[in-house]
Amino acid sequence: MENTIVRAENYNAYFGDNHVVKDVNISINKNEVIAVMGPSGCGKTTFLRGINRMHELIPNATAKGKILLEGENVYDMNAIYVRAKIGMVFQRPNPFPNLSIYDNVVAGYLLNGIKVSKADKDVIVERSLTSAALWKEVKDSLHKKGTFLSGGQQQRLCIARAIAMQPELILFDEPTSALDPISTSSVEALFHELKENYTLIIVTHNMQQAARVSDRTAFFYMGELVEFDDTKQMFTAPADQRTQNYITGRFS
Amino acid sequence: MEAKIGTRNIKSMIFKGIIVFFAFVITLPLIVVLLYIIKQGITQVNWTFLTHVPAPPGEKGGGIINALTGSFIMVLMASIVAVPVGILAGIYLSENPRTKLAYYSGLCVDILQGVPSIVVGIVVYFWVVKPIGGFSAIAGSIALAIMMLPIIIRSTEQTLKLLPDSLKEAALSLGIPYHRVILKVIIPCGFAGILSGITLSIARIIGETAPLLFTALGNNYFSLKITGQMESLPHVIFTYATSPYDDWHDLAWGASFILLLFVLTLNIVTKLLTRKWKIQL
Amino acid sequence: MITSPVFTWAGNCFVNKPPNFVENKRLELSNGQLKWETMFKLLLKVMSVLLVLIIVGVLITLIIESWPSITSQGIKYIWGKVWDPVQNIYGAYPFLVGTLLTSFTALIISIPFSYAIAIYLGEYNPKGWLSDLLKNTIELIAAVPSIIYGFWGLFVLVPLVRTLEMKLDILPYGVGVFTASIVLAVMIIPYGASLGITLIRMVPSPLKEGAYALGATRWEVIRNVIMPYTRSGLFAGVLLSLGRALGETMAVTMLIGNTTAVADTFKNVFFGPGNTMASVIANEFAEADHTLYLSALIELGLVLFVVTVIINMIGKRIITRVTKS
Repeated sequence: MENTIVRAENYNAYFGDNHVVKDVNISINKNEVIAVMGPSGCGKTTFLRGINRMHELIPNATAKGKILLEGENVYDMNAIYVRAKIGMVFQRPNPFPNLSIYDNVVAGYLLNGIKVSKADKDVIVERSLTSAALWKEVKDSLHKKGTFLSGGQQQRLCIARAIAMQPELILFDEPTSALDPISTSSVEALFHELKENYTLIIVTHNMQQAARVSDRTAFFYMGELVEFDDTKQMFTAPADQRTQNYITGRFS
Repeated sequence: MEAKIGTRNIKSMIFKGIIVFFAFVITLPLIVVLLYIIKQGITQVNWTFLTHVPAPPGEKGGGIINALTGSFIMVLMASIVAVPVGILAGIYLSENPRTKLAYYSGLCVDILQGVPSIVVGIVVYFWVVKPIGGFSAIAGSIALAIMMLPIIIRSTEQTLKLLPDSLKEAALSLGIPYHRVILKVIIPCGFAGILSGITLSIARIIGETAPLLFTALGNNYFSLKITGQMESLPHVIFTYATSPYDDWHDLAWGASFILLLFVLTLNIVTKLLTRKWKIQL
Repeated sequence: MITSPVFTWAGNCFVNKPPNFVENKRLELSNGQLKWETMFKLLLKVMSVLLVLIIVGVLITLIIESWPSITSQGIKYIWGKVWDPVQNIYGAYPFLVGTLLTSFTALIISIPFSYAIAIYLGEYNPKGWLSDLLKNTIELIAAVPSIIYGFWGLFVLVPLVRTLEMKLDILPYGVGVFTASIVLAVMIIPYGASLGITLIRMVPSPLKEGAYALGATRWEVIRNVIMPYTRSGLFAGVLLSLGRALGETMAVTMLIGNTTAVADTFKNVFFGPGNTMASVIANEFAEADHTLYLSALIELGLVLFVVTVIINMIGKRIITRVTKS
């Protein structure tokens, strides 16, 4: 129980009258890699964005229920604090175009006005970039703009940016859907590394990816959490007919 | 049949000829005006012209230093007011496009864009000149600021709408508070676009005369007092152009040349900024 | 040993975590910043409300200040032909006529040019250096301050018109409605043109290609496809130009001759000196020595404001409707 990092209790999310996430209960352990899959429009991304309260930024979006982050309901906390504690990586790499690679990594501090000494910053930048497997490629061009990097490098830069904030949990919203196969495999390899220190929740519509990288998989369908189980178990012997249908490609 | 196609093609050619003629002939008045102002004005501009106040009628020499400083001070003060207000209102419009307030203030921006400048002059007369008890540079600046607002607001709004949402999400997901996201990420990323709106708005108001007639009026003497009357480039042109003295007409040609120079430079700067901005996207 | 870059670091990147400032600072930050965040959002709202207040304030100010005139002159203000500050009789008819006459004359002169520019840059030659050059030149026409057009008109155009009038055997004033309209026409051309260019470029090419495929000539495509498709949008452009023309002050003031009398024949009205609402305000506002006089002038401003707002609103409505569909 104390190994749990995130727990959703009767979590519901809406866009206006549109009920997109329905009564989700899920419990995620520390240092786990969780894949969240399901057909598009099934509420998986909305659920992910509910965890760090990004969901409510969309006009008309509301949520009910609890998301407990280390036992504390995020909806009782300051949203800014929640987002600082939880890292997030998006579909499309989105480094800040006005900042250098170096500044992009420490953006969480820089843009927040947190004073960090140059020495500390250097440490953070090197370690974060190393963790994101990008250090070797960019260490000589740290002061170039982040937008000069390739798509895969940009995405790893975004991962480094999230790591730099020392989050407990990192959320990935289809992180490789905009990347080429080589960049995708480099990002996937990263997940194994990151697992040592972080909990990862990865939304993906790519079943092979879910099977490759995750310990446990959650399957969403029509806003409901249909099944949540060991990845191997789920892909070999799903308990629910709908999961079976999805895995065998009856609908996508 | 053949013949008919022939006449149809000829008709099409004739029409094209007419279109091309009308489209290009309109550049003539502009070229004529520009050349005339340059021809009349450039000979007037010298060191004395730029550093002295106007000479009394009948006397040679004199300059427009009072109008230059006056225009500079009033445009500066107008910008100090209009730039922050305009940018913030523009941010609101682009960030909350569907609220009622955005609808109404957007409507007001449209209205403000079409309000005749003379009406702005009248209103500021009652808002500032009458309560203070006299014409002043402050009143002039407020009138100019009101004229600047719609241009700055619209360009800010449009620039920010061009920025991808992912940028804002990236910043927010790092736990950066909203105001810092706007000030440190969104505005720097859209800086060139916003700046082009500012330069364009300055280009528009630097030649505005009507709103100054009842607010700053004019001043024959050099003055830096913002609570008193102040001369400006367009106003000096108006006064001296409509005066009966040839020396003053010359002064007005010189002032027109300078004003034109400012306006053209600001327009070119705006063009370069928007071009750069488009490439970045 | 060669390792792929992915596996070089042993994973545990913050083994000896750097100074534990992150946790603490995050907390204190979020509490402190929340206040600023709320303030900033409020500030954005306040600025938008300010805009509404400016417009409402303009309207209220104009109504209050013109109230003495509205009550004392009544509806006669609109068609009264006498404007006599000494007798305190104020009829705005001459200025209404002057304004409408100059604006519509300018509009009629400008329309062929605006349309030609719109068609040329929208259809014949939408890209390339010549197109860019012409487009920038048209924009420059709008950039030149009104006062400079007025000044130039006074010294170059007025003598020319005077010569023309002498040849036509009309009283050779030089200044007047006709002269003001010519300059005004040049000034408003860019407004109609730039909107027209955008609209014509928005015509879906399948429509045009369909017509070409049927063997239509360019002119036929323009007349039968592009023109009907963009008609209401081009009309909106005309409205916006009209809004500009009605409120234009300085150039007109310098060229129209400024007389409050109404000429007897149309020829004299058209070629002789006149006055527009804006030019009367510009000329007489500073001289208005008693309340009713000033108030009557402000009523002109009120009429001008209301009319331009209505025209602009209709124009914008049409544009949003056209560009959205």
